[in-house]
Amino acid sequence: MASKPVYSLHRNPMLKKRDDFEDVLEERRSSSDLRYALRCYTPVLYKGMTPSKASMLKSMVLQSDQLHFVMKQVSTETGKAVDDIQEEASAILEEMAHRLQLSTIRFFAYTLTKVFKNLFRSICVNEEGIQRLQQAIQEHPVVLLPSHRSYMDFLLMSYILYTYDLALPVIAAGMDFMGMKVVGEMLRMSGAFFIRRSFGGDKLYWAVFSEYVKTILKNGFAPLEFFLEGTRSRTAKSLTPKLGLLNIVMDPFFKGEVFDVNLVPVSISYERILEESLYARELLGVPKPKESTSGLFKARKVLSEDYGSIHIYFGQPVSVRSLSQGKIDRCQFNLIPRHIPKKPTEEIQGFVNDSAYRLVRAQEENMVLKPWVLLASLLLQNHHQSQASGQRPGLTRDELTQQAAWLRDLSRQYGAFLHWPDHASPSEVVSSSLSLHRGLVKMSEGRIQLAVEQAGGQVNPGEPRTAVTPEEELLNRAVVILSCASYRNQALHVFLRPALLASALHAASSNHKQEVFNSFSFLRNMFSNEFILCPGATVQDFEEACFLLMKTGELQVTEHEVLVTERGQRTLGFLTNMLDPFLQGYQVVCRFLCEEASEALTEKQFIPDVRKFIIKHLLAGRLRYSEVLSSDLQKNALAALLRLGAVQKMKGAQQGTLKVNKVMVNSLEDTLGGKLPTQKAAVARL
Amino acid sequence: MKWNGWGYSDTRFLFNKKGQAEFTGKRYRLSGLIIPGLKDWMEGTFGASVQHKSQATPILNSSSVQPPNLNEAFVEELKSTGVPYSHDAEDRVFRAHDCHDDVVKIVELACKHNVCLIPYGGGTSVSSALECPPEETRSIVSLDTSQMNRILWIDEKNLTAHVEAGIVGQDLERLLNESGYCTGHEPDSMEFSSLGGWVATRASGMKKNIYGNIEDLVVHMKMVTPRGVIEKSCQGPRMSTGPDIHHFILGSEGTLGVVTEVTMKIRPMPEYQKYGSVVFPNFEQGVACLREIAKQRCAPASVRLMDNEQFKFGHALKPQVSSIFTSFVDGLKKFYITKFKGFDPNRLCVATLLFEGNRDRVLQHEKQVYDIAAKFGGLAAGEDNGQRGYMLTFVIAYLRDLGMDYYVIGESFETSVPWDRVLDMCRNVKARIVHECKERGVQFPPLSTCRVTQTYDAGACVYFYFAFNYRGLSDPVHVYEQVEHAAREEILASGGSLSHHHGVGKLRKAWMRETISNVGMGMLQSVKDYVDPANIFGNRNLL
Repeated sequence: MASKPVYSLHRNPMLKKRDDFEDVLEERRSSSDLRYALRCYTPVLYKGMTPSKASMLKSMVLQSDQLHFVMKQVSTETGKAVDDIQEEASAILEEMAHRLQLSTIRFFAYTLTKVFKNLFRSICVNEEGIQRLQQAIQEHPVVLLPSHRSYMDFLLMSYILYTYDLALPVIAAGMDFMGMKVVGEMLRMSGAFFIRRSFGGDKLYWAVFSEYVKTILKNGFAPLEFFLEGTRSRTAKSLTPKLGLLNIVMDPFFKGEVFDVNLVPVSISYERILEESLYARELLGVPKPKESTSGLFKARKVLSEDYGSIHIYFGQPVSVRSLSQGKIDRCQFNLIPRHIPKKPTEEIQGFVNDSAYRLVRAQEENMVLKPWVLLASLLLQNHHQSQASGQRPGLTRDELTQQAAWLRDLSRQYGAFLHWPDHASPSEVVSSSLSLHRGLVKMSEGRIQLAVEQAGGQVNPGEPRTAVTPEEELLNRAVVILSCASYRNQALHVFLRPALLASALHAASSNHKQEVFNSFSFLRNMFSNEFILCPGATVQDFEEACFLLMKTGELQVTEHEVLVTERGQRTLGFLTNMLDPFLQGYQVVCRFLCEEASEALTEKQFIPDVRKFIIKHLLAGRLRYSEVLSSDLQKNALAALLRLGAVQKMKGAQQGTLKVNKVMVNSLEDTLGGKLPTQKAAVARL
Repeated sequence: MKWNGWGYSDTRFLFNKKGQAEFTGKRYRLSGLIIPGLKDWMEGTFGASVQHKSQATPILNSSSVQPPNLNEAFVEELKSTGVPYSHDAEDRVFRAHDCHDDVVKIVELACKHNVCLIPYGGGTSVSSALECPPEETRSIVSLDTSQMNRILWIDEKNLTAHVEAGIVGQDLERLLNESGYCTGHEPDSMEFSSLGGWVATRASGMKKNIYGNIEDLVVHMKMVTPRGVIEKSCQGPRMSTGPDIHHFILGSEGTLGVVTEVTMKIRPMPEYQKYGSVVFPNFEQGVACLREIAKQRCAPASVRLMDNEQFKFGHALKPQVSSIFTSFVDGLKKFYITKFKGFDPNRLCVATLLFEGNRDRVLQHEKQVYDIAAKFGGLAAGEDNGQRGYMLTFVIAYLRDLGMDYYVIGESFETSVPWDRVLDMCRNVKARIVHECKERGVQFPPLSTCRVTQTYDAGACVYFYFAFNYRGLSDPVHVYEQVEHAAREEILASGGSLSHHHGVGKLRKAWMRETISNVGMGMLQSVKDYVDPANIFGNRNLL
């Protein structure tokens, strides 16, 4: 329900205070890399730390009460001898454990400097954030939570911490790195520890793993680092946070084993992502190459290009203690020995989930946006509009500059952390952005447009262009579109709430506030697997959206009505268009499930089948957005439908098959398309 | 006795003309001595300065006190019973003179005239249990039991003594000692606290390892309630007659009636006493050692482990050394521990020990304990350090009053906690105090320290001290209360109990329901409703 407006409570996003950046490469370009790699490194440490070696860490884990309890339990369940299980545990630990060595870090410090200087114009860090982190490290165990957009992320993090003489982190990494023998070991020696991707029912593995992490944390050996999003986001949108590790690191606080834990969200933004087209291909279903050392060397071609700059923003440390105050009753652990594993209560699960969303939001808010992000949004919209209307695609340089300036002002008013060089003229800014991303744009007849026509661009000039099927051509075009969309996605979080409101206004049958809110609430609920929308914050999000659009004079919100002003049309049009690919995408997925899905549709088969269906529609011109081919969107749509109960995963004999409630899916599709009022859908959902 | 501070009027700390700390009077081992280290410690720990003084209100001015709210009919009838009373500003006290029967009369009168009664023993409560509830509109009678202070009989065959409940701890021991006996019940407040108060709060004595806590010591007791007198019919050492009614009385905190007479166990006076102390490299090792001692059930009469801050504090209270030799030996000891053994002076901690009993057994026991200590890196640190440690518990309250003269306020509180959580709880509570002081604008880092004072099979009793310099704060008492509240929350969240022996009073009432559950509250409430339906014992403690 929309409660009475409390706009005054919103802080003005324009006033969001952010720190300044310093370029760490600047000094590297003028002084010796070797001396830098060998310099004296004396980080400040956690005040409660008991100094010990990596090997001691292992024995502490193996001797812990927690592990002993689980080993005994497993022994009674399986009938295996405790000694054998102990051996298993020891092997798991061996496979998992890091072997952080300063010498390896020094090696990376040297080589990475060489590479970074080659690839990037600058690596900018907010030094005030570094100072806050330094303070935090001394006081309480620290958990670093960087965003995850590239393989580079964690080496980059360690590199920065080494540069600023901060304690080197121990990093939770996915097991896939282990495939690369040498690199895997190198990473291990630079502080990575490896976790299997799935170990659902393996009690022993879970026990070793959680105890390992907790021991590191409790003893304050080193800051712990992991990625809340669990994996690299291929779309540059933040991913729904994974809760496992966050749960583990909060647990020692809940149980009183540490006074507090500091969580530090870190936002790493790349002006140009190294894996740009790799991601796009992956999303389109060209399977991701298995990580191998030789594959990495082949990627050296990548290393000769210009990737612009990187911005790393160390956010405000978040104290778990203050975060949980009044929300978690820590007395709940008083009656059971703390080493007995207990499933977290609903209260705790809810809290961890809320916190995870808040932390990802904090990452998002401090992501630096480059002008290109705005240009990509504009060019994408232009591309689709011209396609639909049959007009000539592209924008003249003046048009683009003018629109970009408009969008710059808008995004700033919405609180975006935009790095728009104010000393240069807008047209210079546009030119330099375009030149950095020349692979994605082209100039034709004085108009700037997406480089979709030469989509075979990856083909070497020497080779004769082989005849391509329409399907291949479509996929090639989609690579460019998806690459471009990944830049637009970087700005999505800025516009998301107003865009949801704009779409809600578009879909709602009247301007009645309650109706608009219902529509907003429906869309928000539908998209809560797609975007970072904090659970239970519908009313706040609605009010924030209203506030932003009112502030900029695009909307008038009275007690009962929401009205679009004259000047608001342009902005609302832009916002609706921004969300439109997602709306269409979800509708297509629904249509697929209604029309094509057979009884025996399995979860595994869902993506290939839906992709075929979409390709068919795209080729037939029934669908505008090739972006919908993104498997990320398809998966999110399915997740949403599962969450809403419109699709069910079968258990038992038909394990893995999906049961589709066609009536419900149909009504959801109609509601998304604005054919059904939201109220009815809401009923259908229940 | 002081009306506005702890203890005897002749005994206090002060800074003399030379700026050195001095402890006045003749009553304690430290009395009359100069304590050279105290000034530096106070300045170093609190940022307090001898220059900044904030004097206490010297005398109670009767004009500053509200006139008494008297129930004339009650006073008239009381006069006829011959029970002395006073409502002077300094007293405001009625005296239940002489005996149990007087108390019965007073309680009957109070019921008749609907007067609120608050029993008063030694007045050493730290849980606001003796404060008059502000919401009380009836006339309040403070029922002072201090004149009921006789030992009525001693039974040497059963080793019991029948004592009036108003007797103060030190008098009880002294009188029993004259006959060659003791109770062995020695709470830190024993100079002033009374037997009835011990029963009413479930008190604990430092030598409970040998003698037991108050609930183990009581064989029989009598309590006057508005419903009449409650007592058992015999003195059997243990009974299976439903829930033990003594446990309704123990810890009732004056909400049900007045305890008038108690039969308690006595023991022959110990043949031999020996103090001792052990230095540990850190608090963790010390706790591990105490846990092992408890596991082997070989705890001495008393064992207490102080953390590093308290060790330093104890150090600051060393009196001026008279001979060069002693100071030389001290220096040598310090050198041995810190340089030779590699103990970090900022981490090491000290356990004080007291052995009691047959001489041979004491020596054997001592060896056993020191052997265990050695396994945890503990070094024996001499009898003198041990003895001084125990003496400090008696003078520490005087020190609080000195602190108040120099903008430092502080207090102590206690809890009990399972063994596996001792370290976590100590760390968290100490950190919380520091954290809260900072949050609330305290300008200087506070003193936040603890010691483990009792060991049990399944856990320990932990005692915290905290104090801070309140210069620059507009409402230091409020800040103090907030910090104490936060510290208690932290204790509960870390698995500690609401109280080990101070009781709930009014200070900790807010947490009772979560501590004993709704049903538990209901059970206590229904006892109260039956025993005292008109809420004559209206101090509003506990529930």
